[in-house]
Amino acid sequence: MALDKSEVEKIAQLARLHISEADADEVASRITDILALIDQMQSINTETIEPMAHPLDVTQRLRVDTATEKDRRNELQTLAPAAQDGLYLVPKVIE
Amino acid sequence: MIEKTAAELSQALSSGELSSTELTQSYLDRISKHNRKLNAFITICEESALEQAKAADEKRATGDKSPLLGIPLAHKDIFCTKGVITSCGSHMLENFVAPYDATVVEKFKTAGAVMLGKTNMDEFAMGSSNETSFFGPVKNPWDLKRVPGGSSGGSAAAVAADLCVMATGTDTGGSIRQPAAFCGITGLKPSYGRVSRWGMIAFASSLDQAGTLSKSAEDAALMTNVMAGIDSKDSTSIDRPAEDYTATLNDSLDGLRIGIPKQHFAEGLSAKVEQAVREALKEYEKLGANITEVDLPNNHLSVSAYYVVAPAEASANLSRYDGVRYGHRCENPIDLEDMYKRTRSEGFGDEVKRRILIGTYALSAGYYDAYYKKAQKIRRLIKNDFIKAFEQVDVIVGPTSPHTAFGLGSKTDPVAMYLEDIYTIAVNLAGLPGISIPAGFANGLPIGMHIIGKDFGEGKLLNVAHQFQQQTDWHKRKPNFEPED
Repeated sequence: MALDKSEVEKIAQLARLHISEADADEVASRITDILALIDQMQSINTETIEPMAHPLDVTQRLRVDTATEKDRRNELQTLAPAAQDGLYLVPKVIE
Repeated sequence: MIEKTAAELSQALSSGELSSTELTQSYLDRISKHNRKLNAFITICEESALEQAKAADEKRATGDKSPLLGIPLAHKDIFCTKGVITSCGSHMLENFVAPYDATVVEKFKTAGAVMLGKTNMDEFAMGSSNETSFFGPVKNPWDLKRVPGGSSGGSAAAVAADLCVMATGTDTGGSIRQPAAFCGITGLKPSYGRVSRWGMIAFASSLDQAGTLSKSAEDAALMTNVMAGIDSKDSTSIDRPAEDYTATLNDSLDGLRIGIPKQHFAEGLSAKVEQAVREALKEYEKLGANITEVDLPNNHLSVSAYYVVAPAEASANLSRYDGVRYGHRCENPIDLEDMYKRTRSEGFGDEVKRRILIGTYALSAGYYDAYYKKAQKIRRLIKNDFIKAFEQVDVIVGPTSPHTAFGLGSKTDPVAMYLEDIYTIAVNLAGLPGISIPAGFANGLPIGMHIIGKDFGEGKLLNVAHQFQQQTDWHKRKPNFEPED
């Protein structure tokens, strides 16, 4: 399936990526090539096949619902591009 | 001594003829001399490595004989290391210092291994040539104009060039085995679930698995002994009794049933690679193995299914890079959306963006059944092919890659690059273990042989690889990338 520029823009918006006007054609054509590779899957009938989400045929292991992590907020916030008073700072969301 | 295996060096350290401090210094000297040429390391940890070496020497002096105590190794820069930058080959994490060690890193620390540094890789492990790294491509020590393979290319080049004894890697679609093949070393991808993924930066969570790059199968066994095991922090790590992978290395191969998939010897395979693998099979026959053809009829669909499953999982995993909690943030965002978009567009390289877009598309409304669900069904067919083949054989053998290392910059088409992994990808989709070992040369470039095992059959794989290495010396050949010295 061939993708055009506007479809690429739509996906880019969903993925929160910015594709510049200058790159859009190139990106669309690369992705179209990749989709052609992917579409080889459609050549066989898989109607009766059970999907396989994961290599392990096991049930998710659960743990006891108790807190095991120590509070490391201050340490972790040193990694943030902007943090203050224990909060992460982002551009204003509500005017 | 820098060319020796961990097994050999461990003896020298035990007998006292060598100290870890001397050994570590030799590798650090070699790294400082050659890394500029090879670009195998992103970060070099000189000071902490020498401290760890000293501590290892002190432990040895008390009679500690742990096999990897004082052995210098490198970690792929995808494993979080407390206090040392973990970049994942990306501008997004260029200055990211993890607040904890990955389980794999912690286990090697406990085993007393010395960390020399962090190795270069394709950005977020997305690539088969190491050319997508933000830190520039790694050069293949066998020919500096060629790629080392990827995504664990820095680890493979570092081991091949004797810049370390061994290195960790990760393999989502061939990222340990293909660079091991291109660099003439041994690369093991264990079964999915065998090694904890905790602290390993996620690419595709149902495919990613940590493994080893080393100079011999015996060293791979020593490393896997350290790495394998259940981890309460990774719910997909499997609860199985610990195995000593060195204990079965010398088992006889008499009566071993080897399957040869006709699909791995089909169109597109270089004649010289085919010849080398067929010669290697003769070695196995001499050791008493029986060779039969097996059928993997859906192998040709593995790359297609993979390029839905892996990007879909990646698009979800990489949504965490939003410029809020850690990593890159763009300058002067006008609002939140602008911050997300510019942060991600500046922080990720082209290949990563491409895969996020593919994954987002495959998961978007209206396309889920046609892409993601379809790919999961193909995945089942691929797994079933292996289950059926393994009813007749113990291991499956073929080439790791259709050809030897290609030239830097020679593959600009993403689809051509994706097809590089035609023999390795199905193994990840099925969750099986696979190993690549050196099996010959073509025009001075190493050829890798791929051995695939049953679920949790690492022990058998290492046994089969080790026995071959007792009969051949391909794995001992060294590249000459040091003009005039």
